[in-house]
Formats: sequence, structure tokens, C-alpha cells
Amino acid sequence: MRFERIVIFGATSAIAQATARRLAAPGVRFHLVARDAQKLDAVRGDLVARGAAATTALADLDDVDRHRALLDEAERALGSIDAALIAHGTLGVQAACEADFALTQREWRTNFVSPASLAAHLANRMEPARRGTIVAISSVAGDRGRRSNYVYGTAKGALSIFLEGLRARLHGTGVAVITVKPGFVDTPMTAGFRKGPLWSSPARIAAGIERAMQRGPGEVYLPRFWWAIMFVIRHLPEAIFVRLKI
Amino acid sequence: MIVRSWGNYPRVEHAAVVPLNWRHLPLPRLAGPLLPVGLARSYGDSCLNEGGTLLAARGLDRLVSFDREGGRLRCEAGVSLAEILELVVPHGWFLPVVPGTAFVTVGGAIANDVHGKNHHVAGTFGHHVRRFELLRSGGERIECSPDSNGGLFRATVGGLGLTGLVTWAELELARAPSAWFDVETIRVEGLDHFFALSEESAAAHEYTVAWIDALAGGEHAGRGLFMRANFAAAGGPHVPPGRRLSVPFDFPALALNRGSIGAFNALYRSRGSRRWRATREPYPRYLFPLDGIAGWNRMYGKRGFVQHQSVVPRAEAQRHLRAMLEAIARSGEASFLTVLKVFGDREPAGLLSFARPGVTLALDFPMRGGSTLSLLDRLDAIVREAGGAVYPAKDARMSPETFRASFPRRDEFARHIDPAFSSSFWRRVSP
Repeated sequence: MRFERIVIFGATSAIAQATARRLAAPGVRFHLVARDAQKLDAVRGDLVARGAAATTALADLDDVDRHRALLDEAERALGSIDAALIAHGTLGVQAACEADFALTQREWRTNFVSPASLAAHLANRMEPARRGTIVAISSVAGDRGRRSNYVYGTAKGALSIFLEGLRARLHGTGVAVITVKPGFVDTPMTAGFRKGPLWSSPARIAAGIERAMQRGPGEVYLPRFWWAIMFVIRHLPEAIFVRLKI
Repeated sequence: MIVRSWGNYPRVEHAAVVPLNWRHLPLPRLAGPLLPVGLARSYGDSCLNEGGTLLAARGLDRLVSFDREGGRLRCEAGVSLAEILELVVPHGWFLPVVPGTAFVTVGGAIANDVHGKNHHVAGTFGHHVRRFELLRSGGERIECSPDSNGGLFRATVGGLGLTGLVTWAELELARAPSAWFDVETIRVEGLDHFFALSEESAAAHEYTVAWIDALAGGEHAGRGLFMRANFAAAGGPHVPPGRRLSVPFDFPALALNRGSIGAFNALYRSRGSRRWRATREPYPRYLFPLDGIAGWNRMYGKRGFVQHQSVVPRAEAQRHLRAMLEAIARSGEASFLTVLKVFGDREPAGLLSFARPGVTLALDFPMRGGSTLSLLDRLDAIVREAGGAVYPAKDARMSPETFRASFPRRDEFARHIDPAFSSSFWRRVSP
């Protein structure tokens, strides 16, 4: 399948940039949405230099009331939407969220409410047309509530469940919903972490996203070995799980 | 944080490694000296900054513009040459100069003013840089080209990252009729033969290089294989996808010794067993043979290896090369990848550019401590006596005296150094 009209939310995120770069080609048109004008301009310039066309929109995606207007704008820019990539997110400081529930709520709004709202709007627009692909970046962190980052994990877990439900609802309609669950990725979001052999690059995740988009609806762990790791983690009995320092 | 360069020698402690991701942002404010680093393919300590901060610029990996008709590419400094070739080759373009690996960044290629097998016709990387933006620690952004801010331009080309951070650069591309090379491989019997072949090939062949069996002494000194090539007229703009092998761990220290290197050399020389051979090869295989093996530097084991690349003037090159090869043969050290090439006569692009008219010899030795280092000192002495130069990008140990003798414009260069920038190499050669 060829994706020629693509909207990207959180277009300046490392995974979004790497994915867009793979999809960029003459004839492909992007509509890029992000908060920071200068970063957005750098990303647009890169894709245009690769032969694609690109328009941009500045938005704080936490503002879910604007999502309808943002999608109207995207449709005006692209004509129709072949694929949407929902890639924005934050990795808050767990300890700070534990101390202040307002921070917890903000994390949830950015990492669950906002992407779920965009996916819902997209689904409602794509369903009558019976075509389109919705890709959203969730995380392996959403598979279980770990002590080290369960606030972020809650948001990603909720997002994964929401997308699973949406996928079931749209089954057979021609609209594909894809949940991407990356493991550890070396991006500006994780700049402060010590990197080890389990870490992967945005380019590798992007290659996996492109493959998943070709395959159609479903959930994908990236890189794929995370499926095995998470299979074990998901099946650990709680009595053992709560003792793990992860 | 401990960081090692490509030679795995030395390994030094840094206060921080700060990733840079956006070209418009200011430099981070940190105590201690700064040094930009790309893919860290420099072999020694020119890409290290002991006790200071490395600005990891690989995240500056975006294109800015690509003029497909005119062959101009503007990109951020962290873009790798491999990425550029992947992008431009299908459109009939090529980088005018590439080193022996495509896994270097544009910033690194400028900072070391790298050269390739076509130096005799194309000069160095810096000769094809039209302009770049330099971000200084004071916050100024200075657009430099040969004509505007030319002093800073010539200091930055070959300037080892010491003049500030290159954020983006504009490169002139060269037309390539295909993505393939027609390669002739000729057996070289000795140094005389090498010079005769170089002379004979310079006019009609864009790319020439010789691999030398550095274990051979006496009358065999300089024997090896001479490879000369041009872009193939046919073959198309695409190459078959290559399979990458990888060296997953540091080999035991003894894996590379005189015995195994001798066996390799004999095997490699047998490629030229027919005295003359013509092949058509995709550009990565001809230009970047070692890029097919990820982490080949780990073959040298935990202690790493040291390179020694020098250039000596043409006039008495034979005598000096022979002296170096004999010093190696006598030392009991073994050089694995030994390369010989005659440089062209083009004026160097930068104040600290290494490539200059003369003959260059590149050697590499498994690091065995004092005995290896004293051999390299003997080689330096020969180079100094010849009026030549030793290449900073490959160096981990040259003396301040050798550096001064190699780079007569050092003082002129030093005036352009950014006061907040430094490197382990610079502090070593400029105490």
C-alpha cells in the first residue's frame, strides 16, 4: 500500500521524524503538527529536501477542544488522509507525579486523553470513507504497572486499550488501527537514561512502523524481541512482580 | 563518562556527553571545554575531550535543501556521508570526495578535511564545501565561505572541531554516470613499480590507491596491489543491498599478530595473482570495503590499535618510504592495513589540512604498549626529516614538536580557536 497523504501529530518527536523520513518521496504530502515553530520548520525542510511536500500547523495538542479544527485543517491541506501518525508524548518524572496529582493528570492528558481524542476524530472521519490508517505510539510501559513509571504506564496502557477497542469497532471497515509499542528508544525524551543492549534507535523503530503500516491493523512491539520480554513480564504472578525493582 | 574513539586507544573520562538535536538552539552552558563529535571515527584522541564535554552532534541529521539540477546539498552537520550517498546517488550525483568509510558525519569530514582515493584530481572534502554556519560559544552564528569570513572558513576546514560548532554546511556534488566502479587491480612488485603505476594512472583514472604488504622488506618492500578505478559508464544509479557483517565483541588481544597478518597479506595478495584483473563493483564495495563489517575495530582486542598516516614530499619520497618500511620490518610490529597513495598538487583547503602534495603512507598497528609507541616515534622522526606531516585524525601520540613541524600555519590557526573549545589532542600537541 502506498501512503501519499499523511498527517503527523507530534511531528518533531524523534520517532515521528524517522518515520516521516522513511515515507518521504516525490508525490508524498505531509501535514505536520507540533508546538515549536523552529523545530517544525527544520523537520519540514528535511522532508521537502527529500522530495516530499509538507505543510505545517502549530498546536498544543493538550488542547483537545482544538482537535476538530486541526483535523479540518489537515484535510484541507491534504485533500484526504491516507495515514495519520500520532506520536506526541512526554515522559514525566515519576517521583514528581507521585508528589503532585495535578502533574499526574497532566501526564495522562498528554499521553492518553490527547492521542485518544485524535484517534477518535480520525476514526469517525475515516469510517464513512472506508479507508485510512491510524498509527499511534503507545509503549511497552503500558503493559503492566511498574513502580518506576506507573503514571506514564497508566496513560500508555489506557491508550493501548482504547486503540484495541477502536480496532475492534473498525474491524472489516477498511480502516486500520495500529498500536505501536516501542521498548527503550534512544531519543531526546530519554536523554538522561543509561543506555544498554536493549536500547534501540528511532530509525529502527521507524522501519518497524513502516512494516506495520504495510501489514495492516494490529499491535506491534518494536523491536520485535520486546514481544517476548513483555510476554514474560505480563505473565509474572503479582506476588513476584511487586518485588521486582523495575 | 568513558568514551573511546575508533582505535579504542585511548579511552578517557568525560564530564558529560550532551546530545544536540536542533540547529537553532544555543550551545549548552557548561563548565569545562567543549568539543563537537559526530560518529567518532577519528582513531586517536582528536575526537575526545578528557574531563570536558562532548557535544554529540549526530542528532543534527536533517537535510536543509537539495538542488537536484544544480547538485548542491545543504544539510546539518550530523548527517553521515552514507546517508548523503543513499539520497543523491539515485539522482545521478556523488560526493566529490569520500574517505575510506561512509560512516562519518559532514561535520567530521570538514573538521578533518578528509581525503580519498581521488585526491590527485579532486583535492579534499573542504575543497567542495561552499559555506557553513559556525556557532561560537559567545552565541554568534557566523556564515563562512571561502570569500566571506574566509579566515574562519580556512581555520574550520581541517580545524579539528576547535573553532566552534558547524551547524549546517552546503556541499557541491559531482556528477556520477552510475553507482558502479570499473576497477583494475594490478600486482605491485615494489616501490619503483608503485610510483610508475601512479604516474601512468593519474591522468586516466580518477581513483587510485595501493595496498601494501608492510611485512615485506628488502627488495620486496612496497609489494602489494594497486587499484585504479573510474565510475562505470553503465550499470545504473542503484546498487544491490549489501549484507552487513559485524564483530560482536573485542577479539582476544593476540588475534592479530605477525603470523595472522602475514597469512592475511598472502591471501589478499592472491587477489592479484593474475597480475592484472578488471572488475565492476558497486561503489560501497570499492570505496568502503570495511564498512561491510560493523565494528571491525574490535578485531584488535581490548587494547585497541594505533594508526600512523604521514605524507612526505615527492622529491625524495622513495628514500623516506623505504626507511619507514624498513623501520617497521625491523621492529617486529605488524601493520595490518597499509595503504599508499600519491596526492595531487592542489593547495590545501584549510590552515591545518593534512593532505598536501606528496606521497601518503597509512599504517595501523595493534597497540602493544611501549614497543609500538617507540616505533611510531621512529616513523615520526623520518617524516620530520623529510619535511612531511602526520595526520591528526589518526593520531593518539605524536609530540608537540612533530605537530609543529607538520603544520607550519599552526599559529595562524590558533587565533581562530573558540575560547570555550578544546580537545585531548589539542592539549597534548599544544601544551
